[in-house]
Amino acid sequence: MNEAAARTPARPAEPAAFDVDVMRREFPVLSRRVHGHPLAYLDNGASSQAPRAVIEAVDDYARSHHANVHRGVHTLSEEATARYEGARDRVARWLNAASRTEIVFTRGTTEAVNLVAQSHARPRLRTGDEVLITHLEHHANIVPWQMVCEQTGAKLVVAPIDSRGEVDPEAVEALMGPKTRLFACAHVSNALGTVLPVERLVASARARGIATLVDGAQAIPHSRVDVRALGCDFYAFSGHKMFAPTGIGVLYGRESMLERMPPWQGGGDMILTVSFERTTYNSLPYKFEAGTPNIVGAVGLGAAIDFLDSIDLRGAHAHETALLEHAHAALAPIAGLRLIGTARRKASLVSFVIDGVHPHDLGTVLDQDGIAIRTGHHCAMPVMDFFGVPATARASFAFYNTFEEIDRLAVSLERARRLFGGDVG
Amino acid sequence: MELKDLYRDVILDHNRTPRNFGPLEGASANAAGSNPLCGDRLTLHLRIAGDRIDDVRFEGHGCAISTASASLMTEAIKGRTRDEALALFDRVHALLTDDAAAPDESLGKLAALSGVREFPARVKCASLCWHTLATALKSSVPESIPAVSTE
Repeated sequence: MNEAAARTPARPAEPAAFDVDVMRREFPVLSRRVHGHPLAYLDNGASSQAPRAVIEAVDDYARSHHANVHRGVHTLSEEATARYEGARDRVARWLNAASRTEIVFTRGTTEAVNLVAQSHARPRLRTGDEVLITHLEHHANIVPWQMVCEQTGAKLVVAPIDSRGEVDPEAVEALMGPKTRLFACAHVSNALGTVLPVERLVASARARGIATLVDGAQAIPHSRVDVRALGCDFYAFSGHKMFAPTGIGVLYGRESMLERMPPWQGGGDMILTVSFERTTYNSLPYKFEAGTPNIVGAVGLGAAIDFLDSIDLRGAHAHETALLEHAHAALAPIAGLRLIGTARRKASLVSFVIDGVHPHDLGTVLDQDGIAIRTGHHCAMPVMDFFGVPATARASFAFYNTFEEIDRLAVSLERARRLFGGDVG
Repeated sequence: MELKDLYRDVILDHNRTPRNFGPLEGASANAAGSNPLCGDRLTLHLRIAGDRIDDVRFEGHGCAISTASASLMTEAIKGRTRDEALALFDRVHALLTDDAAAPDESLGKLAALSGVREFPARVKCASLCWHTLATALKSSVPESIPAVSTE
């Protein structure tokens, strides 16, 4: 039992067993209608919805406590600072970080990866050094490395995926050579749902003295992550995919790594003293948080973590697994439907194409039935190229989704298939 | 608004069976358009003699709206002059984006695209081929036609 739980008397010893109907009532948006139908929100991989607890925490902060942080001696500034730093404590505990100084607030996963690329990798990389990633990465875990490779003369090396969309750890390990300085990979693929064997990959990299970054954007909503057990040097994720607001994210960095990194951006809050001759930088994590941060976003993230702490998370995750199995069964009978990404370990999303129906048209037809899915390349164009498709449709589930919503998805897909295929059978 | 307003029979038909689809021998201008977010890509081939579009064909892949729009466009502009085709571009553009645009009888089958403006996210699909055409026609040096995107 962690400290927070011990200090919070209102929390029941055991949360009530997971019940999806009860859970849905915590998410106000789920009761709205779209084009006359109840909303079926199946686009959680892009962004999840916020529970009442997060909405109310954000509202309460804005109504009663807002001021700038780390600056004033007045009451509101102290309250805002306490809430902002309190959120950092929650994140540190949630991730099992060794210290709160290892938690840097960013705009999101993308900014966290860029921070590591520019502050950790750029000063260290030399011509001929290698940065190793995998073929299934989101653009946010490709482009920052391409940029730093261009800046330093290092080389980007890409480990392959197979036809299931899996990453073979032996193939990755074979590419970890004497010149590999950094290994970065997704924990869960956003386009395919593949859960990567990150524990093994991180251990292999560490054994070879290679720094590691894990992009946890798609993993953090579906699993408890323990960064110390995982052993990675950096772990990045976004608040808005785990029921918090947009514009707030986290870079976890091992303290010994962050200590050696220069600030990335300059400005207020990241300094101790400034004169025109010399500036001394603030301590961790503040040296990486230049300027007024997204205070309200951090408050929302803290509330999202409290919310997740208060529910039967194991039951919620079991429900997500059941949703995935149900989706696979519901989509299987649809003629011409091909799943893109059939990894044996998958997060709860299905990416697919239907012969003769462009994903974009599927998206429009489904929207008319009140069903929200993502269509497009999912910021993973190399994955699309690998599977020889321009785009896919993706339904991504959260624990508040239902079997009935997935049944509606299947009915709507069948309707779209008939509309575009001209098939009345 | 109804789905049938967007996906009218003419649109579905031209999506299933695109007209003037494929390469064009002796093309005098080729222009590429792509909307990378949707995965729509098309190449327009034009054979222009003097001022007149003698022949036009297209290749590529895209959603039903973008494919049907390109197919309908090739039918509509074949045999027209540059200026006539550009004037048609303006009228189709108005049809797709201007809520106040009056029904234009002279647009013929192209009027089937009028439902698109009720679906703002799809306007870029319908307009991709038209912007690609306009870029090709306005470019004086065929070799330097820039790639087009409506995203």
